[in-house]
Amino acid sequence: NNNNTARFDAARRVAIFGGTHGNEMSGVTLVNLWMQNSAEIQRKGLEIKPFITNPKAVEKCVRYVDTDLNRAFTQENLSATGGDELPYEVQRAQEINRMFGPKGSAEAYDVIFDLHNTTSNMGCTLILESSKDAFNLQMMNYIKKAFAPASCLVLLNEHPLLKYSTSRSVAKHPVGMEVGPQPQGVLRSNIFEAMRVILKHALDFISLFNEGMEFPPCTVEVFRVLERMDYPRDANGNIIAMVHPNLQDCDWEPLNPGDPMFQTFDGKTIHYQGSSTVYPTFINEAAYYEKQQAFVTTRRETLAASAISKTTK
Amino acid sequence: MERTSVPPIHNVAICGGTHGNELTGVYIVREMQKQKMEKAGSVSVTTVETNPRAVAAGRRYTEMDLNRCFTDVLLSSPITESTLYEVRRAQELNAQLGPKGSAEAVDLLIDLHNTTSNMGLCLIFYSIDWITLHIYKYIENNLSSVPVRAIQLDIPSSKAYSLESVGKHGFAIEVGPQPNGVLRADIFNVVKEALDLTLQWLQKFSSGHSFEGGTVEAYTFVKSVDYPRDSAGKATAVIHQNLQDNDFKLLRSGDPIFQTFSGDILKYEGEDLYPFFVNECAYYEKKIAFHLAQRKTYSFPPISVKND
Repeated sequence: NNNNTARFDAARRVAIFGGTHGNEMSGVTLVNLWMQNSAEIQRKGLEIKPFITNPKAVEKCVRYVDTDLNRAFTQENLSATGGDELPYEVQRAQEINRMFGPKGSAEAYDVIFDLHNTTSNMGCTLILESSKDAFNLQMMNYIKKAFAPASCLVLLNEHPLLKYSTSRSVAKHPVGMEVGPQPQGVLRSNIFEAMRVILKHALDFISLFNEGMEFPPCTVEVFRVLERMDYPRDANGNIIAMVHPNLQDCDWEPLNPGDPMFQTFDGKTIHYQGSSTVYPTFINEAAYYEKQQAFVTTRRETLAASAISKTTK
Repeated sequence: MERTSVPPIHNVAICGGTHGNELTGVYIVREMQKQKMEKAGSVSVTTVETNPRAVAAGRRYTEMDLNRCFTDVLLSSPITESTLYEVRRAQELNAQLGPKGSAEAVDLLIDLHNTTSNMGLCLIFYSIDWITLHIYKYIENNLSSVPVRAIQLDIPSSKAYSLESVGKHGFAIEVGPQPNGVLRADIFNVVKEALDLTLQWLQKFSSGHSFEGGTVEAYTFVKSVDYPRDSAGKATAVIHQNLQDNDFKLLRSGDPIFQTFSGDILKYEGEDLYPFFVNECAYYEKKIAFHLAQRKTYSFPPISVKND
C-alpha cells in the first residue's frame, strides 16, 4: 500500500510550550525543569526547545495579563502594528510567531506541544486541530497505545466557529496536551507525572519516525467538538445555576436528552434538551465562566489515518 | 459538666467573598439576599459580600489578604491615601459588624470559605466557645454527605486576624476541595445545608431549648511545613501522592511528604500529627505546603439561653 503512505519530512524542530496560561502549573514546572536540565527530553537528531510562552502571567500566577494568549494567534494580531502599545499577549504572540513560525510557512517549527491543565475532570487529553493531519493522528494513536491501560483521549476542535488561534498553531503540527483535574495555581504530583509520561511517548514517536519507521494505517477514536453550552443567566448576565451534581466530573460520559444538566441556587434541576446523546467535556472549567461556557458537547467519531513515513532524500 | 446558661444570640452575620475567588460564599450570600433571608425565627440575619472588588476581579484579594486584616493593630491604624484597599475594607466591616470586642458587635459571625485541599467541611475558630462547639456538634450529627471537623487556632483575640473574630462569637466554614474560580453544586449544597442547620440550632436555642453536653474532637494548629526550596527560593518538590488529598490522616515519622522533581522522596520526621490545608493554592505565597495539628478532646456543658 505504499501509494497510500503519506510522506512527511523528518520532524527536526520541536518545541514544548509551558505557561501559555500562567496558572496552569504542570507545564510551567516541567518547562522550567527542562530549561535547567534537558537530559530527560533529549532525542538524537532532534532539536527540542522548552519555552515559557507567557512569562508575565507565570510570574503573577494568573491565566493572562491583558488577553488570553491561547486565543491571540489570529492573522490580525500577528500582523498588527503598534509595538509596545499592543496588549502584552499580542506582543508575545508576534514574538512567538517570529521564533517558532511564521505560522503557515515552510520555516515554521515541525511540532509544538502546548502543555495545559484544566479544573475539569478530563484526565489526559490530546487536542487536535485538524482531522486531516495524518502525522498528528498517528502520533496520537501511538501515545494512546503506549499509555494504555491508562486512558488518554483525543479532543478534535475543527468547528469553524468554535476553533481558536492557539500558541501551538504556529507549528506545522500543533499538539495540545490538557491534563486535569487540577486547580489553577496548584501542582499535583499525579497530574504532573501523567503529563511527563505522555510527553515522553510523544517524543519517542517523533524519534522513531525520524529514524525511518513506517507507521501502518490506523484509526483513532476522537471526540469532535459540537457546541458550547453556557450557564443559564439572568438579564444582567449573572449565572443563575450551577453544573448539576450528576454532570459535574462526568467528562466524556454520555449526556442523554432529559438528563440533569444544571441546578439552580434554590435547588431546581434544568435538563438537557438536545435531540440526541452527546459527550460533554471541559465541564466546569474555571477559566471558561468569562467565556460563557459551562461545558462543550462532542460526538464520538473514528478517524482514519493513512500510513506515514519519512520522506527520503 | 454543669448546665450553663448562655446569653442569647439576637443576630447573626453570614459573610461570603472574603477571598474573591472562593465562590461558594459569594453565591450563597447572593442567593440569601435574593430570597430576602433576613430572619430566622427571632434571630435577625445579615448577609455581606465582604470583598466585592476581589470578587469582581476573580482574585483572592486586590492588594492584601482581607482575612489577615482584622488584628487590633490593623483595625486601629490611621487611614491615609496610601492605605491598602483591604485594610480600609476591614475597618468598614469592623464598623458595620463590630466593633470587635465591643457590646455592639454582632452576636455571631460566620465567614464562608473554600479550599483547594481535601478537607471536607471544617469549622475554624479561635477560642473554645460553648455556642460554637454546640453548633459544630449539631452540624456534625446532622450532615452525613461529607466529613465535618473542628479546627482551633490558639491565638488571643487581639492578634486574631480573620473576619470572624469581629463577632462576639464567630467561626469560619471552610469547605473543599474546590478550585479557585469554580462553583461546584455539591459543595454549594453542603454549605447551604450547614447554614440551614446552624440557623435551625439558633432558633431552637432562642426559643429556650436545652442542649445536651458532650465532647468534641478538635484539631489544634501546631506548625506549618514549607516546600523544600533551592538557593533561589524556588520549590524543588511537589506534595507526595501519599499525602495529597489525605488531610487529617495521621502523619508519622518516615511517611513520605514530598517528591522532588528529580524523583527523590522526602520523609516526615517528628511527632505524630495531623496534616491539613495540604496543597492549598493560596498558601504557596505564604510558604506553606501544609499545616500540622494535634487532636484534642474538649468537653462542653449542656446549655440553654439565659433569659435577659
